[in-house]
Amino acid sequence: MQQAEKKIAADNWIEVGRVGDIPRLGARVVCTRDGDIAVFRTADDAIFALRDSCPHKGGPLSQGIVHGHKVACPLHDWKIHLDSGLAVAPDEGCAARFPVRIDGDAIYLSLTPDDACPNK
Amino acid sequence: MWAHSMDNGVHVTVAIPVAWTFFFVLSSEVEANMKQRLVLIGNGMAGVRTLEELLKIAPEAYEITVFGAEPYGNYNRILLSPVLAGEKTIEQIMLNDDAWYADNGITLHKGKFVTKIDRAKRIVRAADGTEEKYDRLILATGSMPFIIPIPGKDLPGVVSFRDIHDVDRMLAAAQRKGHAVVIGGGLLGLEAANGLLKQGMQVSVVHLLDTLMEKQLDKPAAALLKRSLEERGLNFLMGAQTEAILGKDKVEGIRFKDGLEISADLVVMAVGIRPNAELAKSTGLHCERGVVVNDTLQTFDPRVYAVGECVQHRGETYGLVAPLFEQAKVCANHLAQLGYARYEGSVTSTKLKVTGIDLFSAGDFVGDDSTQEMVLQDPGRGVYKKVVLKDNRIQGAVMYGDTLDGSWYFQLMRDNTDISGFRDNLLFGQAHLGDSGHGDDNRVAAMDDSAEICGCNGVCKGDIVKAITDKKLFTLDEVRAHTKASSSCGSCTGLVEALLAHTLGGEYSQSPGKKPLCPCTEHNHDELRTAIRVEGLKSMRAVMEHLNWKTEDGCPKCRPALNYYLLCQWPGEYKDDNQSRFINERVHANIQKDGTYSVIPRMWGGETTPKELMAIARIAEKWNVPTVHVTGGQRIDLLGIKKDDLPGIWGDLSQAGFVSGHAYGKAIRTVKTCVGKTWCRFGTQDSTQMGIDLEKLTWGSWTPHKFKLAVSGCPRNCAEATIKDFGVVCVDSGYELHVGGNGGVKVRATDFLCHVKTEDEVKEYCAAFLQLYREEAHYLERTAPWVERVGLAYIKDRVVEDAENRATLAKRFAHSQQFAQHDPWKARAEGVDAYEYSPLKRVG
Ligand code: SRM
Ligand SMILES: Cc1cc2nc3c(=O)[nH]c(=O)nc-3n(C[C@H](O)[C@H](O)[C@H](O)COP(=O)(O)OP(=O)(O)OC[C@H]3O[C@@H](n4cnc5c(N)ncnc54)[C@H](O)[C@@H]3O)c2cc1C
Ligand code: SF4
Ligand code: FES
Repeated sequence: MQQAEKKIAADNWIEVGRVGDIPRLGARVVCTRDGDIAVFRTADDAIFALRDSCPHKGGPLSQGIVHGHKVACPLHDWKIHLDSGLAVAPDEGCAARFPVRIDGDAIYLSLTPDDACPNK
Repeated sequence: MWAHSMDNGVHVTVAIPVAWTFFFVLSSEVEANMKQRLVLIGNGMAGVRTLEELLKIAPEAYEITVFGAEPYGNYNRILLSPVLAGEKTIEQIMLNDDAWYADNGITLHKGKFVTKIDRAKRIVRAADGTEEKYDRLILATGSMPFIIPIPGKDLPGVVSFRDIHDVDRMLAAAQRKGHAVVIGGGLLGLEAANGLLKQGMQVSVVHLLDTLMEKQLDKPAAALLKRSLEERGLNFLMGAQTEAILGKDKVEGIRFKDGLEISADLVVMAVGIRPNAELAKSTGLHCERGVVVNDTLQTFDPRVYAVGECVQHRGETYGLVAPLFEQAKVCANHLAQLGYARYEGSVTSTKLKVTGIDLFSAGDFVGDDSTQEMVLQDPGRGVYKKVVLKDNRIQGAVMYGDTLDGSWYFQLMRDNTDISGFRDNLLFGQAHLGDSGHGDDNRVAAMDDSAEICGCNGVCKGDIVKAITDKKLFTLDEVRAHTKASSSCGSCTGLVEALLAHTLGGEYSQSPGKKPLCPCTEHNHDELRTAIRVEGLKSMRAVMEHLNWKTEDGCPKCRPALNYYLLCQWPGEYKDDNQSRFINERVHANIQKDGTYSVIPRMWGGETTPKELMAIARIAEKWNVPTVHVTGGQRIDLLGIKKDDLPGIWGDLSQAGFVSGHAYGKAIRTVKTCVGKTWCRFGTQDSTQMGIDLEKLTWGSWTPHKFKLAVSGCPRNCAEATIKDFGVVCVDSGYELHVGGNGGVKVRATDFLCHVKTEDEVKEYCAAFLQLYREEAHYLERTAPWVERVGLAYIKDRVVEDAENRATLAKRFAHSQQFAQHDPWKARAEGVDAYEYSPLKRVG
C-alpha cells in the first residue's frame, strides 16, 4: 500500500478517495500544506478539482451549490466553471485547476496546478 | 385524467358490428404508432407563437402543418407601423422564415386560404384544393379590418392597415405624395397617419368622436396627444362622419354628413377590427363576436382550439399581442397534454408607437360611482397622469408625457396591490416612495456620474451607463451580471431600471408581467407550486422532467425553491435534498467571510438561566471561540468556528440542553419578548411565557423566507412586535395580533390582523397565518411583500373570518411540524452527514 502510494506520488498522482465518498452535486476538500483543494462531483459523475478559493474574495468554492459543470460561490454567488476554473462571464478570474484521473472508482489528484491560471 | 377532458368528443357508445370493432381497434392501434397530426389555420402571431411554445415543451408530439393566406413566413405585425414610417424594413420584422418551418419539420402552405373544415372527416381544405387531415386543429385566423359600408369603399386607393400587402399599397401611394385621409383616430389610425406623414404625404385624420383614442385615453390626455400630433403637422377633423368616398376609377375625395367635401389621393380605413370567425361559423362551431373558447382555448369541438384575435374568451376579445401570447402558452400546454395551465383572461395596457410621444394606458381608467380618481396635471410640462382606485387598489391608469411609472402602476394593478401605505405619493411615482424603487428618469438623468447607485456593491452611475453602452446591455439581469448593481439587496432596482430606460431610450422594454422563476424554466412560482400539488410531483427530478426544465440539474436559484416547495407540499414524504440547499442550511450554521461558521443556539423567548450561560461560557472556552456576541435577536452567537469542529461543539451544546437556533435558515428564527407582567409595572400579560410557547410551537419549521416573531407585554412594545412577521402586543383585554412587518432593508410596520382573548387563540392564529404563508408565498418572499401582494383583506378572509379554514391550516401546520421538530445539530453530532464535516483527505 505504502509502496503503491509512493509510486504514484512519483508520477505526482495521489489517491484521495472514491467517487462515492463525494455526494452527487457536491464537493469535499483535500487539505494540503499549500491550502485546500475542492474536489467536485457533478450529476453525471464527472470529477473536477479546483483551488478552494474563489477568484473574487477567496470564498470556499467547496461549499457552493454545484449545477451542471459549474459551482456558485457561497459568499457572493459568482459562478465558476469546474472544467477550467474560470469565472463565468461577465465576471473575470480563475481558480487554479488540478488534474484529476479516475481509475475504476478511485480518484487520483495531482497536486501540481495547471499553468493556465494566475490564482495558484 | 387529461386524456378524458381532451377527447370527450370521441367517446361514442353505439352498437358496432363485430367486423367494425376489429377495424376500429386496428385503426386506433395504427394511430397510436403514428404521430398525431396538428393543423394550424392562420400563419400569424398567435398561431405561430402557439407552435413555438409547443415545440419547446413537446417537440416530438405532432406532425405539424400550417396554412397561411399571406405569401410570407411569420412576421411581426406590430412592427408594420415602423415599416410604414420608414424606420424598419420588412426583412427586419420577419419572425420565422421558411428555414425555421423546415428545421422544425413543419409543412407550410403559404398563400393558401382555407375555405372548408370538415369536422366529421377531420379534413381541412384550401381554396386551391390542398387538403390535410388533422387530429387536432388550431384556428388562429386573426381579425378583419372593419370597412364602413358606404359608397366608394371598394375604389382603388381605399386601403386598410392590417398586413404587408396594405403597407405596400400605402408606400406606393406615398411615392406620389398628395393628400392622405385616415378614417379613424384610434391606435392604428394614428400610427398609419404618422407613418404616411413621415413618408412625405399631407395627412388628415378624420374621427367620428371628439376625443382621439377614446378607448385608451380620457379627454385631457387625448387633448394633449392631439396637440403634439398637430405640432408634428397632422391635420384633424373631429366629430366628422364620413358619408361617401368619391371618385370614378380611383379615390378622389371624401364627403361628410354635413356636406363638406375634401380631396384625397389615398384613404386609409382604420375604424376598428372584428374577429375573423367566418371559417369557424361555416363549420358549425359556436361563435358569438368571436370563436367561443374555454380556459384551455378549446372551442365547442374539443379537437379544435382557437387562439388570437379571432377568439372570444369569457366574453372578451383581445386586440393586443400580450394576451394572445398568454393564450398561446396555455394552448400549447394543453396540446402537449400537460394540462395544468389555465387561461383566465388578461389585463392589457397600451402604448402608442409614435416615436417621441409618451403615452400609456391600462385597465379601467374612466371609473364609476364606486371608484376614486387621482389626477396630476402639469400643462406646462405637457404631463398628465390619472389613476383610478377602488378600495385602495388600482383599476386603471392613463398617463401622457411622463410614462416612466406606467409599468409600475400596471404591475400594482395586475397584482391587485393594496396601495393605502403609499397612497399620498402614488401619483408622484415610485421615485417618491423613498425606498425600494427610486425609478425616476429625471432624477437619474440629473445625477453625477460618480453618484453611488448600488450601496451593497459600490457601483456608480458612470459604471452602469458605461456597461450599458459598451456591452450593449438591454435588461436588468444583464446589468446585474455585468456590474453587480442591484444584485444583492435589490433596493436600487428602480434606479437601475431608470438608468436603463434613460440610456437606451425607446429600446428599453420591461418584460411583461409573468416572470419565470429562473432561466431554467418557463414557469413562475405560482405555476410551479400548483403543478407540484395538482400533478402530485414528489421529487426534484419529477418536477424538472414533467415541466421540461431547460437545464440538466437546475441552478442555485430554482433548486432551493423547488426543494422548499416539495418539502412544504409533502411533509414526511419528500426527502430533503441537501445539495439543493444553500451552504448555511446544508450545514446548519452561517458561513462567515473567512470560511468559518457561526453557531447560535435557541434561547427560548429570549430568556436564559445562569446554568445555560455557564454552559455556553464553558463550551466557548473549550472550543476557543474567538468571538461571543449578543445578537439582535436576543440570543448568543458563537463566531469563528471551523467547519470540522461543528459536530463537536453541537454535541456539547446538545448535552447542555440547547437546540439549533436556525439563524442560518429560511426558517423560524427568534421570538423576541419583553419581561411582561411578571416584572414590569406596565405589563398586562405574561409576554415571556407567550413567546416561549410560540417558539416551542413553531421552531424547526422551514418557510419561504425567514420568519421572526415577538411578543410585547403592553403597547409600549419593547419587543418591537410591530416590525416582525408575526407580532403579539398584549393588552388588558387579551392580545393584538400583527402581521407582515420587518426591519431590515425596507422597514415595514405590521398590519393589524385582529384582537383575540386567549393564549390558545394566539397559538391557533399564529399557526394558521404561518401555514398560509408557507403554502402560498413565493420562495424568498418575506411576509411583508407577500402581504402587500395578496392584500391584508385576503389574509383576514382566510385566517380571521373563516374559522374552519383557520383550524384546517393550523392542523396542516401541526402535521408538518411532526417531521420538522428534530434538532439537526443533535443528529449531526451523532453522525448524520459526517462526510460534510471532515476533509476527503489530508496530505502532507
Ligand atoms: C447575527 C445577527 C447580527 C447580530 O450579531 O446581532 C445577524 C446576522 C446576519 N443577518 Fe440579520 N442578523 C441578526 C439580526 C437581525 C435583525 C434583528 C432582529 O431579528 O430583531 C434584523 C432586522 C429585523 C428583520 O429581520 O426584520 C436583521 C435583518 C437582516 C436582513 C434584512 C432582512 C429583510 O427582510 O430586509 C438580512 C438579509 C437577508 O435576510 O436577506 C440579514 C442577514 C443576515 C446574515 C445572515 C447575512 C449573511 O447572509 O451572512 C448575517 C449572518 C451572520 C451570521 O453568520 O450569524 N439580516 N438581522 C443577528 C442574529 C439574530 C439571531 O439571533 O438569529
Ligand atoms: C399596424 C398594426 C400595429 C399593431 N400594433 C400593436 C402594438 O403596438 N401592440 C400590440 O400588442 N398589438 C398591436 N397590433 C395588434 C397585433 O398585431 C395583433 O393583435 C396580432 O397580430 C393578432 O394575432 P393573430 O394571430 O390573432 O392574428 P394575425 O397576426 O392577424 O394572424 C392571422 C393570420 O391568419 C391568416 N388567415 C386568416 N384566415 C385564414 C384562412 N381562412 N386560411 C389561411 N389563413 C388565414 C391571415 O392572413 C393572417 O396572416 C397591431 C396590429 C397592426 C395591424
Ligand atoms: S448588518 Fe447584518 S448583514 Fe450587515 S454586516 Fe451586520 S450582520 Fe452582516
Ligand atoms: S468570494 Fe466568491 S463570490 Fe465573492
